[in-house]
Amino acid sequence: MDAVTSAPARIILICSGKGGVGKTTLTANLGIALARLGERTVVLDADFGLRNLDLLLGLENRIVYTAQEVLAETCRLDQALVKHKQEPNLALLPAGNPRMLEWLTPEDMQKIVAMVAERSDFVLIDCPAGIEDGFKNAAAAAREAIVITTPEVSAVRDADRVIGLLNTRGVEPVQLVLNRVRPKMMASQEMLGVEDVTDILALPLVGLVVEDEQVIVSTNRGEPLTLNGNGSPAARAYQNIARRLRGEDVPMEDPSKQRRGLRARLMNRIRKTTGLI
Amino acid sequence: MTLFDFLQRLLGRQKPSGTMAKERLQLVLAHDRSDLNPELLEQMRREILEVVQRYVEIDIEEGDVSLETEDRVTALVANLPIRRARPLPALVAAAAAVGMAEKPPAEDPPAFALPHPPEEEAEREPD
Repeated sequence: MDAVTSAPARIILICSGKGGVGKTTLTANLGIALARLGERTVVLDADFGLRNLDLLLGLENRIVYTAQEVLAETCRLDQALVKHKQEPNLALLPAGNPRMLEWLTPEDMQKIVAMVAERSDFVLIDCPAGIEDGFKNAAAAAREAIVITTPEVSAVRDADRVIGLLNTRGVEPVQLVLNRVRPKMMASQEMLGVEDVTDILALPLVGLVVEDEQVIVSTNRGEPLTLNGNGSPAARAYQNIARRLRGEDVPMEDPSKQRRGLRARLMNRIRKTTGLI
Repeated sequence: MTLFDFLQRLLGRQKPSGTMAKERLQLVLAHDRSDLNPELLEQMRREILEVVQRYVEIDIEEGDVSLETEDRVTALVANLPIRRARPLPALVAAAAAVGMAEKPPAEDPPAFALPHPPEEEAEREPD
């Protein structure tokens, strides 16, 4: 991409309220997918108390500076941005050091995001769990948001709280990603259905991700699925979310038609035995 | 789903857990969104019933005041089956004491009664 910025950067908060529903995994995969589509993308780990985004991206050993040093002017922004090894369009910016918990204010967040936005097409902010200060800081600079939830009562309830807070802040649009969908359980009505969740939360759906073991495998490796897990249903779902965010009209996946893991398992077997792909 | 669950559902004794999840969520979210705790809601319910009772005779057992929510809009829904209108303010106390004991609502549904709440609605009591 050339250096001339035509449109202002999309600044998207990725949040859920409840922890462990897949915020960081979504941020990492979406970051890679957007970068692959030619978008200059920065993923910002706003959860600096317990940061994990570096680990999912396989960049944990390459962090020298954080947003903290940039704001203190002890380093330049491009020194703190950690470029992804295989995907040069993607860079990671950790908000801060886990040992220094009390520096970040909403104003700091706005400053650093404005700096990052100048040189990117997409800024994805990985929000910490909860609805307290961590959320408020992370949300301070967001223009739009993706709320991610799973079809479970506690996750949906927490998502609802977060949506309420986003509405009062005037963040718009807010879109929904439904994660860890189990098509079989949904079919037998032993799990909240896709429509149940979209009805209750009253948000437009931007993605549907089926439960996929490959997510765990990719996390172990530090290589997001969108990087090379093309056969996996979750990888395709993340790629589709990226395309929808760019305004492409991609039909929503039908969970009942996805043969979960069959093709992915086969691809994985081939990969393991041949070392190719 | 275990075989036992399956049989329960086949016999219509148990709803699928996904349906239960949705119902429980709708109820709890209505409370979350309105910031009314169950005690306040119960107090409001009692006061509403008191006011209504001054004018009409209602079936307190069947009466249901609850929060319902759709498309992020929460509504206070009162479903109060009316037995009959109060004839005269002076007769209020006597009618309430005698009338209730004499006429069980099931046998003598008044023509002008409000639609009876569906069974599901009646079960819902704020916890």
